Amino acid sequence: MAKIYTLLGLILLILLLLPLFLNQYLLGIFVFIFYYAYLGQCWNILTGYTGNISLGHSLYVGIGAYISTMLAMHVGFSPWIGMVIGGLGATLIGVIMGYLAFRFGLKNVYFVLITIAFAEIGRLVALHLKPLGQFMGLFIDFKPGWANFQFKGNLPYYYIGLGFVIFSLIVVRVLELSKWGRYFVALREDEDAAESVGVNALKYKMIALGISSFMTALAGTFYANYIFYLHPTSIMSMALSIEIVLRPIIGGMGTALGPVIGSFLITPLAELSRSYFAKAGYEGLHLVIYGFLLVAVVLFFPRGVISYIKRGIAPLLGSSKAV
Amino acid sequence: MPLLEIKGVSKNFGGLRAVFEVSFGLERGEILGIIGPNGAGKTTLFNTLTGFYKPDSGEVWFERENLTDLKPHQICQRGMVRTFQIVKPFLQLTVLDNVIVAALNRIKNTREATEKALRTIEFVGLKEKKDTLATGLTLPHRKQLELARALATEPKLLLLDEVMAGLTPIEVDELIRLLREVNQRAITILMIEHVMRGVMALSKRVIVLNYGEKIAEGTPEEVVKNRQVIEAYLGEEFGSAQG
Repeated sequence: MAKIYTLLGLILLILLLLPLFLNQYLLGIFVFIFYYAYLGQCWNILTGYTGNISLGHSLYVGIGAYISTMLAMHVGFSPWIGMVIGGLGATLIGVIMGYLAFRFGLKNVYFVLITIAFAEIGRLVALHLKPLGQFMGLFIDFKPGWANFQFKGNLPYYYIGLGFVIFSLIVVRVLELSKWGRYFVALREDEDAAESVGVNALKYKMIALGISSFMTALAGTFYANYIFYLHPTSIMSMALSIEIVLRPIIGGMGTALGPVIGSFLITPLAELSRSYFAKAGYEGLHLVIYGFLLVAVVLFFPRGVISYIKRGIAPLLGSSKAV
Repeated sequence: MPLLEIKGVSKNFGGLRAVFEVSFGLERGEILGIIGPNGAGKTTLFNTLTGFYKPDSGEVWFERENLTDLKPHQICQRGMVRTFQIVKPFLQLTVLDNVIVAALNRIKNTREATEKALRTIEFVGLKEKKDTLATGLTLPHRKQLELARALATEPKLLLLDEVMAGLTPIEVDELIRLLREVNQRAITILMIEHVMRGVMALSKRVIVLNYGEKIAEGTPEEVVKNRQVIEAYLGEEFGSAQG
């Protein structure tokens, strides 16, 4: 166990020093690696640990992005404060949806459907609200400075993104070792058995959804102040929801490191193939490659890449028990 | 004042009368057996007592409290816990992690819950399997795990649903010894069981269900001589030939 932490510390050290050797373009790719690793982790808390599959997590990204941006534009709130308010807004919507779903025992595909339905409602509302720019989208003024969460160049975003990933890893690790986390996993494995030994299924599923939606919304604020342009198709769409679930599935659901490993594998590939195919005039072809990749992973690594990595490094660590 | 009192509980599924006006009480410290042919409504009765089904009529009282409208987790927190006939381990968790979840029912601190879980695993004889994933356990070991998980919640009343089915005679003897020890720790036991050797060895009183109704009650010796019981198990002709 201690050796795993040493290894992670080493990787962290490398990541802290890495920007010295990276140009703006590569820094930008890392920002997206961190962004998707973080989002995947937020989704993982709900789906990987409690087993309730959400295909509507873009809803919370959108809520977070729009609330913090609107508060910054019209009330003058710093996005750092708006980020927390956006998180609370997303939690409120998440909890309403969760109560409807869990109270009436929606499970499996029916739960997936209600998450999609809520995300679609959110997208359509955002698309037709005048203050959000409707089909034109919303441009955010560039006023660099710490208070405004806006910076010149990619370097500060690199470190903030890395901070988000570390924060999410700590949250998940603390959960894993706590009563809450153990209850989440019990619910995923067998809800009846969990209830029979005293687990309040409704309560703990709501807690998982609350944490997940709050944290997801924080990434929305990050995105808004990195891209400076919000549009429902980029921030509240099914496409984003799929991007979010892809990395933890490929890396390994229900594990702390799975979403991060998944993002390191997929995000550079996605970025490079997208720009390459776009230049060659085959826009969207990278999505086809995604599809094949996902099929391959599900076929060959059904429990995520992490289970193979664990096996690979176990001898180095001198212990069969990894993370 | 009985620990558990069941007052005219009925449960129907569409036109099927699964449990019909069953009443009985259970004294503190007792071991009561429930027997009956397959499909007699025994497991349905357990599901109704533990909050998984809501009874269509009747009431369940436990320690002067009406449990009829409570949820399964609340009933467990009150001190009544059940095992499942078709065992339900948390498959992707180790034996220890399975039992820790249950120990957290009474103990809020995870370290103390881990210690409690370890003691319980040792008590049921699964110590050397504590780090094995539940998915890698044999059926007898899964049954031991089911029992350990129930015990770790620190129940006052333990509901066992055919824990002896599928065990070898030696394993049955071992389990009888274990359940006696559980009972000596002031845990009352209500057990559904087909293995008559187990029922005979443990319970002083037996209830017989057939087609959802209670048809007999008494000591195991009395009950197996009861004509209605023989008919229920072996058919009417056999019953009248005996009579």
